Amino acid sequence: MILTIQHMTRYDYASPARAVVQSHRITPTRCDGQKVMSWQVSVTGGRKGGEFRDGAGDLVTAWTIPGPVDSVEVSVQGMVETTDMAGILKGNRETVPPEAYLRDSVATKVDAALRDLAQSVSETAPLDVAHGLSRAVTKAILYRPGVTHSFTTAAAALAQGEGVCQDHAQVMVAIARHRGLPARYVSGYLFADAAGVAHEAAHAWAEVYVPGFGWIGFDPANECCPDARYLRLGSGLDAKEAAPIRGTTRGTGEESLSVTVAVQAQAQ
Amino acid sequence: MTTYFNEMFDAGQVRDPYARLQDWMQSMPADRRLEKQAEAEELFRRIGITFAVYGEGGDPDRLIPFDMFPRVFTAQEWAKLDRGIKQRARALNAFLVDVYGRGEIVRAGRIPGNLVYQNAAYEISVSGFVPPKGVYSHIVGIDIVRTGPTDFYVLEDNCRTPSGVSYMLESREMMMRMFPDLFRENRIQPVDRYPDLLRRTFASVAPAKCDREPTVVILTPGHFNSAYYEHSFLADLMGVELVEGQDLFVDGAFVYMRTTQGPKRVDVIYRRIDDAFIDPLCFRPDSMLGVPGLMDVYRSGGVTICSAPGAGVADDKAVYTYVPEMIRFYLGEEPILENVPTWKCAEADDHKYVDENMADLVVKEVHGSGGYGMLVGPKSTKAEVEEFRARVRANPSNYIAQPTLALSTTPTFVAEGVAPRHVDLRPYCLVGERIELVPGGMTRVALKDGSLVVNSSQGGGVKDTWVLAE
Amino acid sequence: MLSRTADNLYWIARYMERAETVARLLEVGARIALLPSAKGYRSDWDSLLRASGNASGYAQKYGEPDQKSIEDYLFFDRDNPNSVANCITSARENGRIVRTALTTQVWDALNTAFQELRRIETARKRQELSQLTDWVMKQTAMVRGAIDATLLRDAGYNFLNIGYYLERGDSTARLMDVKYYVLLPRADFVGSGLDNDQWMMLLRALGSHRAFRWAYGGDLTASKIAHFLILNPQCPRALITCVAGMANHLGRLAKLYDTETPAQAAVRALLAELEGQSTEKIFDEGLHEFLTRFVRQAAGLGAVIHDSYLSGDMAL
Repeated sequence: MILTIQHMTRYDYASPARAVVQSHRITPTRCDGQKVMSWQVSVTGGRKGGEFRDGAGDLVTAWTIPGPVDSVEVSVQGMVETTDMAGILKGNRETVPPEAYLRDSVATKVDAALRDLAQSVSETAPLDVAHGLSRAVTKAILYRPGVTHSFTTAAAALAQGEGVCQDHAQVMVAIARHRGLPARYVSGYLFADAAGVAHEAAHAWAEVYVPGFGWIGFDPANECCPDARYLRLGSGLDAKEAAPIRGTTRGTGEESLSVTVAVQAQAQ
Repeated sequence: MTTYFNEMFDAGQVRDPYARLQDWMQSMPADRRLEKQAEAEELFRRIGITFAVYGEGGDPDRLIPFDMFPRVFTAQEWAKLDRGIKQRARALNAFLVDVYGRGEIVRAGRIPGNLVYQNAAYEISVSGFVPPKGVYSHIVGIDIVRTGPTDFYVLEDNCRTPSGVSYMLESREMMMRMFPDLFRENRIQPVDRYPDLLRRTFASVAPAKCDREPTVVILTPGHFNSAYYEHSFLADLMGVELVEGQDLFVDGAFVYMRTTQGPKRVDVIYRRIDDAFIDPLCFRPDSMLGVPGLMDVYRSGGVTICSAPGAGVADDKAVYTYVPEMIRFYLGEEPILENVPTWKCAEADDHKYVDENMADLVVKEVHGSGGYGMLVGPKSTKAEVEEFRARVRANPSNYIAQPTLALSTTPTFVAEGVAPRHVDLRPYCLVGERIELVPGGMTRVALKDGSLVVNSSQGGGVKDTWVLAE
Repeated sequence: MLSRTADNLYWIARYMERAETVARLLEVGARIALLPSAKGYRSDWDSLLRASGNASGYAQKYGEPDQKSIEDYLFFDRDNPNSVANCITSARENGRIVRTALTTQVWDALNTAFQELRRIETARKRQELSQLTDWVMKQTAMVRGAIDATLLRDAGYNFLNIGYYLERGDSTARLMDVKYYVLLPRADFVGSGLDNDQWMMLLRALGSHRAFRWAYGGDLTASKIAHFLILNPQCPRALITCVAGMANHLGRLAKLYDTETPAQAAVRALLAELEGQSTEKIFDEGLHEFLTRFVRQAAGLGAVIHDSYLSGDMAL
């Protein structure tokens, strides 16, 4: 499938911002099943800084905008040929040992309810456990936009019983770790066909490390494993760490954010 | 009754290194001693060398007590320490490069993976990165205790930003000013090369992108920090700027400092702030101490950070027990300095032993430092032991235990005259292109009679540490 | 030099100078209280408070001005950001931050002032005001003297001096402005006792009454006093002296750094304007208007200096 991506993130500042610093993980993962035909990131008024591939295989690009500016626009345009890999991540070069993904983060700390959810799956073989957990998350959290925030923790989302893909993914990550399976949060894009949900184009899912297979993606929000409709960008212990754009500015002014994403599939 | 090794008097005889101090000691009647002590205090205060005890409030300008009675090593004694310390510093750095790379030592089963990779001090964000010259820990402070004429043990390693080196330098300065005769009578190896060696160490690890004389800075959390004096002292001696986070900013692929002549590029940052505060973009978003975007510059080779973020995984108290194993694994050598035998409460058998013998042991938190969060069994009340027992039971993996070591004593000036007090030693090993160790260190002394806790936060003082020339 | 270091040095100077100004004010106040005329009493304490720039803070805390409260407020009160105690503490703290940019002597002078201040504060025994103000003069002179005698003539020395001159010019202008009406050439006051007393008080506050006599002689006139405090380069606290001092040190910085910033142009413009002034022109403009304008111009110059050297926001 050939996916075309148009992703625009716009920051508006109430008072002119200085020294805006951003760190991007917004380039498709170099792995089997993702062939980049074109990919371009631009930042208005920005100077491109250092660029490196981190231990998880993600390309990190730094940007600085000296300012003062009233707004900053980050726009991404690209075209990628994808192949269905049955959810398995292959060909990504990484040095971080899977074991490192057994640790907690603030957003994925387990509480009693998460523990119960983790234990509700009776399977024992790692792959079966992972599938079982993904199904459990789908059931436990109803898809409903607007009720959770970027900083909602896995525990809070579960307590609420509703949320978006970020919440599904974080809950999945938390309970998989609790079952002793290394797990991480993945951010990317999803081409949603007629049956899908359009506003989930900027998407997130989880990856679980299963011995013998390696990292396998699970998308509880859509009850499936990633296929050719998915485009993987980067990963982290939780949503914050895997965020495609992290940034700060000097000063205390209000900042507002607007995002538009369009993912289209072209006939091959 | 434990007997303690007295470094000056052994079986009624004055040991060699202290031979020339006997007369000096006797020439110090109480009034002269008090006079000299007051002189020292006045000098310290005038220079501004003060030490604020973390979390205790009180007078921020309090002086750390300085004891004028020097602690002395012979050249032979030091030669062994020198080799042992450098060996350890090499192994610790090899370990760090390894666990952020291929993790051979874990694959070989010589150290448990969970201890390393699930350790809070293991920085996933620097995995796969090899800092310039393959050095993660540029200043390794190794705490050493002595129990006999030839028995030295490593108590702990400090791979991040060990403090106290200003006391090594200032104590020497003070002694040379007050007792110049002693330095004529004894051939004492100098320590004043340290600042220059430190600067050279930093310069030697400048990033490859730096094509001129590297600009080095010290990054301090600020003037409210208890070690601020040391930060400014070292900056001054090295002739480099002492900066706070707000003095630095990232532009493009480099870091700059704000000067009266405009931005100036910085190549090496000796940071005296914790990993968590280095970069609000990467770690704690609420950090006001760090520099947004610094980690990306670091990872893309625009600046060197000393010690390297992530170095803390090597000085974790649970990892400590494996340092002899690291020495064998990476260097193919036997450890020259021994570890103190350590029980890891994370392991059931060890915890059982610790639980049963707590009153005889020293129990420490794995991540604790500065003498906080520890129990000295033999010096504690029954209630204190019981309270600690409950804490350890609640979270065993957070604790390790060691036997109560018979720390050596050295003569120390006290109210009644001269009396033996327990001491330890922290030398500072520099690792850059070369490994350097100045002959000396910070000797801490437990000023309270019978106390084994030398931390300045717990009533400890400092002494000048002499290494005699051959 | 780090911009922050330059800023710390600049503020050491400003705080020490401010402490001295406040001490002089207190001294003058005490002197007035000794004068037989009970009539002028209240308004004089009022004007002192206004000159110190903290009348509203005082009013909130104490209400009616009385000598003891004012002394406490201006000398000891930690709620008053410009009290002598706060100024000395801030100067010393700025010094501690940049300890290594100072000589032992300068640090010693700053630290001694601070340590003695703490003793004075904790002693709680009321001291004679004149002892306190003498003590402040002595401390500020010690710091100033240590700077002049021991500090390297590098960029830091220039930033210290810029701070001193800016603060001093500002306080001279403010002090004059509080009493500007005294200097208005009004027939009914000239030659009256009150008039002379007020003039003398102003000169005393600036530590210049003896110098004035030597420089001018004869009767006191509004024009002579205005000339002395604004336009006479011999008077150490005259506005023109302060601006010339800043011009000198900014010029030295430009030479040292081999480049000019907007600060040099700004100070030259202000100096040229003062040099073109005369007392007649000033009284034509209105003394109050002139002083208000000067205070604004000096603040503007301070802002330009800040942007050019101290803020650290200069472009790459």
